[in-house]
Amino acid sequence: MENIGSFIDMIFVTAKAWILALLGQFLPVWIVVLASIVISGVAILCLGPVIMMYLTLLERKVIGRIQNRYGPNRVGIWGLLQPIADGIKMFTKEDIVPANADKLIHLLAPIMTVVPALMIFVVVPFGRQMTAADLNIGFLYFIAVSSITILPIFMASWSSRNKYSLLGGMRTAAQLISYEVPMTLAAVPAIMMSQSLSTNTIVLTQAGSFGLNWFIFTPWGIVGFIVFFLCATAECNRPPFDLPEAESELVAGFHTEYSGMKFALFYMAEYMNAFTLCGIAATLFLGGWQGPFLPSWVWFFGKTLALICIMIWFRGTFPRFRVDHLMAFAWKFLLPLTLVNILLTALWQFTSASAAWLFSIMILAAMLYMLVKLNRVFVPEKRNYVLAD
Amino acid sequence: MIFGAGVFKGMMVTLKNFLTSYYRDRDNGGIFTVQYPEEREKLAENYRNLPFLVYDGAPDQIRCVACGICERECPPKCIHIEMATDAAGKPARKPAVFDIDYSLCMNCGICEEVCPFDSIYMDHTFEITSQAGPRSLIRGKEALARSNDYFRKIRPAMAAAVDQKRKTAEDKKKAAATPPPPQEIK
Amino acid sequence: MPNIIETKKLDGSDILEINFGPQHPSTHGVFRMIVQTEGEKIRGLRPIFGYLHRNHEQIAENLPYAAIMPYTDRLDYVNALANNFGYALTVEKLASLEVPERAEYLRVIMAELARIVNHITVIGFMLNDLGAFFTPLLYAFRERERILDLFEEVTGSRLMNNYFRFGGVKRDLTALHLATIHQIVAKFPAFLEEFETLLSKNEILCMRCQNVGVLSPETATNAGITGPVLRASGVNYDIRKVDGYSIYHRFDFKIPLGKKGDVYDRYYVRILEIRESLKILEQALAKIPQGEILNKKTVPFIKMPRNFKPPVGEAYGRVESPKGELGFYVVSDGTPQPWRYHVRAPSLINLTVLEEMCLGQKIADAIIILGSIDIVLGETDR
Repeated sequence: MENIGSFIDMIFVTAKAWILALLGQFLPVWIVVLASIVISGVAILCLGPVIMMYLTLLERKVIGRIQNRYGPNRVGIWGLLQPIADGIKMFTKEDIVPANADKLIHLLAPIMTVVPALMIFVVVPFGRQMTAADLNIGFLYFIAVSSITILPIFMASWSSRNKYSLLGGMRTAAQLISYEVPMTLAAVPAIMMSQSLSTNTIVLTQAGSFGLNWFIFTPWGIVGFIVFFLCATAECNRPPFDLPEAESELVAGFHTEYSGMKFALFYMAEYMNAFTLCGIAATLFLGGWQGPFLPSWVWFFGKTLALICIMIWFRGTFPRFRVDHLMAFAWKFLLPLTLVNILLTALWQFTSASAAWLFSIMILAAMLYMLVKLNRVFVPEKRNYVLAD
Repeated sequence: MIFGAGVFKGMMVTLKNFLTSYYRDRDNGGIFTVQYPEEREKLAENYRNLPFLVYDGAPDQIRCVACGICERECPPKCIHIEMATDAAGKPARKPAVFDIDYSLCMNCGICEEVCPFDSIYMDHTFEITSQAGPRSLIRGKEALARSNDYFRKIRPAMAAAVDQKRKTAEDKKKAAATPPPPQEIK
Repeated sequence: MPNIIETKKLDGSDILEINFGPQHPSTHGVFRMIVQTEGEKIRGLRPIFGYLHRNHEQIAENLPYAAIMPYTDRLDYVNALANNFGYALTVEKLASLEVPERAEYLRVIMAELARIVNHITVIGFMLNDLGAFFTPLLYAFRERERILDLFEEVTGSRLMNNYFRFGGVKRDLTALHLATIHQIVAKFPAFLEEFETLLSKNEILCMRCQNVGVLSPETATNAGITGPVLRASGVNYDIRKVDGYSIYHRFDFKIPLGKKGDVYDRYYVRILEIRESLKILEQALAKIPQGEILNKKTVPFIKMPRNFKPPVGEAYGRVESPKGELGFYVVSDGTPQPWRYHVRAPSLINLTVLEEMCLGQKIADAIIILGSIDIVLGETDR
């Protein structure tokens, strides 16, 4: 039983090792190293688009159910072939470039937007020993690469020569830069506690008994996780933070002038970003692939998918923020909260557990109260309505 | 009121609807869409769409006598009637041409209301698209003719009433032998 | 038309002119706004309409009175019954026709159901403009469907009802229909409760809607605004109370009034109005008498619409349509066709304050302010 468990747990790792051993018997070492890189690379390159395709289906299904209707259910059983049909449609669609567009940048933008989205996959720990490259600065790498996403989006908006696109691009630049700050700061506690920037080490720190010593089970972990998750939602332009593509105002925002496969690439990047950001959130606070009984990669994908479902749930429920509220939310609410959270984490190190819980909750409550008081704009007014004759 | 409670409650509503969509029926928060070509909603009897002409016996024996009232009263003027003439050149109280432009018809049901001979009624068919262009939507007399049985099928109550009315009128006619003079209404 | 691609200087800052519409997801039809923005802030707004102009009034002047009825359906296609009501009322005034008791009740029941349909649709679309991705809209449509099914059974059509006749209505409601309406009325508060929990107290919605697009009562009355938009500004003016037309004076209902006159008030006043409509429906269902549904004098005109010739004169009839005061002005010269026919469309007149409300707000606000005015282009452009 134990053996089968660990076999399934390590199935991908073993498979790769077996292939490499096979190659090693009759090929020089450098080719084997190259093959190792290629195998991981190909796995990620295949995984990314497939995840994206089925996330679109999942999203449409879940939103459909939220709205009391079936989602796509025509192509294949339960609509399982729908993403493939969409793909074929996207590939065969005419590619329209506006006459006044900056053609080169217009072409480059969708390509450039996919690259960082794929690059983040490198440091995501999918399971035990299943990180493509276990960089010791993994988290720093993630922050650096994910912030590139702004650039292609802005390129797309600028090169389209469309005012909706331009406004969308401006909003993107402001939004993504703002939300990067609280997102990074929200992750700092996790890094402080694991004393490492390597994503794999962060996961290993959360092992404990039954692999349940997750950071989210601490007060600073909860706050950090919520802030990180909200910022992640904002980072991948998902509702309620989807201002760059605000459908009801800006038609489609930065990708208004894109069609066919170029448009699909933006979508692909968006969904892959959503996946990796949820994966990183799971890694930092939900114990990554840690968890009892089930194989490690099942835990990882389960947690990530659960987070993605919450994102979809957000989309099915909330109206969109307005630009100024969005910025105020990042700078006046999330940022102070994360700073206090870092302080809390530092204090957590020195005090005993139960006293620390009480203490943290008190500080957090006081902080939240203060922030809400300071940000009157977030608090709904109470209204009474006259019923006249 | 705790900050964030409104957001949370809203999420609970969507979650509830997500869950009920799996096990509740249509009227109680279940899925309310109909899978159209396979499933169809039952059309209400009074549902009106496009007009058709009723015949009693053979398809060429339509009730219409080409009086032209519907043609005159049709608000978008989508009906075109020409009266047939018999061998002697006298009007035959039968339409030679009875065209309805379905692309123009606005489904108001006024033709049905004004017809004194119970011959034109609103159909339940709505799938009339064709790729042959708008001209193909101009339906002639033959294309418009439907049997009384069809009328009984789609609108049982109304057809029964009409049949009853026609039967009493027939009986009266037989009894009186001469038709009553047309009513003058002011 | 100035070149809209150009950016120009106005009081020292760069102004960007953006064209919203006529093809835009949130202009509720073919409506166009030329918006001058400074960053995200609106500095000027010019509404342009007329893209859906169909010559409604001129067509009507060439048709017999009865044949205009189906055309009035096409004015405000979200609630055709209110238009029918207004037109029927006007012609009845012109021809001094009485309406039988039961027909009056049927009219009120149907018109109030149409009001509910209109209000939930508007709220749904407004929330959709806010970015709540179709969820509130589809919940609203779910409930609307029940009412539309009833309309289909009674009037023959879901939207283009063509139900009212001069001096009555086209078809009677059977006991079964009344039971269905009872059921709808009984179930509706639960739905409203759910709908309100979904978003009414939502912080994001409140942030977006409160103190946005404020319309002062003075501006509103000066501009001739009517309907929920006026009442959200706190002016107590409802034609159902003021005129007490039909049999509205017999029912006990209240007029919900807002205080600020912002988008949130306009949203919430509509929800409260639905509740009041439900009250009217309950009373009407309890009291509905048996009897004729059509005035005996007009029965022959159903078969002979051209014989209907109102005496020479003019009449202005108005009803409280869900969008505001819907008025019809008809002048008769004794022929089967009206000599002059004019519609006072609330959508069009309520639209005149759009710029006033939008100035100084953000682009995103302009969309929801437009959504909260509740325009239907069929009525605005005619």
